[in-house]
Amino acid sequence: MEKTTHAPEPLLVPGQTYDSVSEKIGAVVIREPSPLFWWATMGVGFSLVMVLMMSVAWLFIRGVGVWGINIPVAWGFAIINFVWWIGIGHAGTLISAILLLMRQHWRNSINRFAEAMTLFAVACAGMFPLMHLGRPQVFYWLFPYPDTMSLWPQWRSPLVWDVFAVSTYFTVSLIFWYVGLIPDLATMRDRANAHWKRVAFGIVSLGWRGEAGHWQRYQAVYLLLAALATPLVASVHSVVGLDFAVSIVPGWHSTIFPPYFVAGAIYSGFAMVLTLVIPVRAAYRLHGLITQRHMDAMGLVMLAMGLIVGYGYLCETFFAFYSGNRYEQYLQIQRAMGPYAWAFWALIAFNIVIPQALWWRAARRNMLALFLIAISVNIGMWLERFVIIVVSLARDYIPSSWEMYRPTIWDWGTFLGTIGFFTACMFLFIRFVPMISMHEMRELIHREGRESEE
Amino acid sequence: MIATRTWGLLAEFGSPEALLEAIRRARGDGYVRVNAYTPFPVDGLSEALGRRPTRLPFLVLAGGLLGGIGGYLMQYYSAVWDYPINVGGRPLHSWPSFIPITFELTVLLSALTGLVAMVILNRLPQPYHPLFNAEVFKRATSDRFFMAIGAEDERFHAESTRAFMESLGALSVTEIFDESVRIGVST
Repeated sequence: MEKTTHAPEPLLVPGQTYDSVSEKIGAVVIREPSPLFWWATMGVGFSLVMVLMMSVAWLFIRGVGVWGINIPVAWGFAIINFVWWIGIGHAGTLISAILLLMRQHWRNSINRFAEAMTLFAVACAGMFPLMHLGRPQVFYWLFPYPDTMSLWPQWRSPLVWDVFAVSTYFTVSLIFWYVGLIPDLATMRDRANAHWKRVAFGIVSLGWRGEAGHWQRYQAVYLLLAALATPLVASVHSVVGLDFAVSIVPGWHSTIFPPYFVAGAIYSGFAMVLTLVIPVRAAYRLHGLITQRHMDAMGLVMLAMGLIVGYGYLCETFFAFYSGNRYEQYLQIQRAMGPYAWAFWALIAFNIVIPQALWWRAARRNMLALFLIAISVNIGMWLERFVIIVVSLARDYIPSSWEMYRPTIWDWGTFLGTIGFFTACMFLFIRFVPMISMHEMRELIHREGRESEE
Repeated sequence: MIATRTWGLLAEFGSPEALLEAIRRARGDGYVRVNAYTPFPVDGLSEALGRRPTRLPFLVLAGGLLGGIGGYLMQYYSAVWDYPINVGGRPLHSWPSFIPITFELTVLLSALTGLVAMVILNRLPQPYHPLFNAEVFKRATSDRFFMAIGAEDERFHAESTRAFMESLGALSVTEIFDESVRIGVST
């Protein structure tokens, strides 16, 4: 067969220089007035943060009874949202750490953005287990500390693993993000147009000078952090998967949960990155830095992850029937034909059917289409957690204990509130921190320049 | 009046290649106190400056071992000695369920050590540095590549070193003063 080779499409639109990159990215932070898009989205986000505060206040006053949870469905929206948010965070680590180790240079335009997304998504996720506690004021009992009751946490419980996994994940993501930011904060310090900005960026950039030794240690620590974050990201969602798998509830007690949860996490995370990047790229006219090729690559990763998730669904169903366990079999039938069948079929449509459009290059390169597919995956992944959690609990072993779960307005208020919190944090980040890694872009320009000379 | 001392000379270059060439020639000429400042990590810069590899990875390894061993021992001590609970007849030292937390604490301590080690080994935070006095140095975090030769170098001489730097093709050469050193006060 004859093989035709195409020159690889450039990662940057030609004509970018070291200075134009700092100018373009830095101007958003220090000079340009924020576009109407920023104010509008920030306004919506901020309003929803108010909804969150109100919902949480009411929850703390009255207790978890304000939610729709009951016995047997004790894990309602709180755990669905927890798993959903933490999954969204995973794409950030995947983009920044795993693609760094694999030397995928297209990550450079989006890693900062994706890492910020991770931080805020994990912050949203972390709220839910705390709110779900009957007595949230004693949340610190989960940590090992010398207490007067001489009690220790139960190390054999996945719920305690969760505490360690999520808090480690948040801390390591924060360190990774901040270390990568230090050189860029120094650029902002040196380009600041007012004394107070110079002082503020001077403090947070720690006096970075770009010295040869600085860079040597920076590169060493950045690579190590990437290498540490890679297994960490797999461990975090595996632990979340084990929260389910270690229990003996039908539909949960399955060894496929950890890997299948990790794939689902990356799937939803890429969807969220696209949901955010597409409008921001258009509003700030970043097409020269975040190119069609980036969008295409993210679309492909999303498609691949979607197929793995689809394979997970098939395995779940197959093993339920192959196991010969009648409760598992009954649960699978209940998922597809029971009272929550609408959620199951919507999940299949949003998560499996619609994303197949990504096989077509035209769909991956049409920003509106890609945006709508990303939204579809976001909804689909949320429904997946809904189906896993609610159907299993509502239809467990004894028919006399069956109960339907209906979320209340406070469930919705908390959920929408965290979406607002996430949006508000993302847009504050866009406003106050360079949203694309400037020094990595300069490195990329240098590399592309050298390659085109050869 | 506050007297200031010369910290060194700063030569500006337009590309990483020009900088690397200048460093090679300066070191070849016998200068020892040579340093470089770049807006992004440049391949081969540490080697050109004759720097040894950083020991930061060993510190991170030590931090990780401390986290991992410490985390495991904490669980072992509390589950077997301090607070033994018989859960369904399972062994008190049920090590497989101690692995997740051991792993998480390994990663946590490694990452924290990495951050602290990078900041401290780089002698940061350092809000003041003589280089910040030079207007031209603002471009070191943007689009220019700098080589500095320190005044404490034995071969350093304000005029001859400047001439040498200019002969290397520097776009500009700036004398850097250290204003934090107050040599004498006179009226």
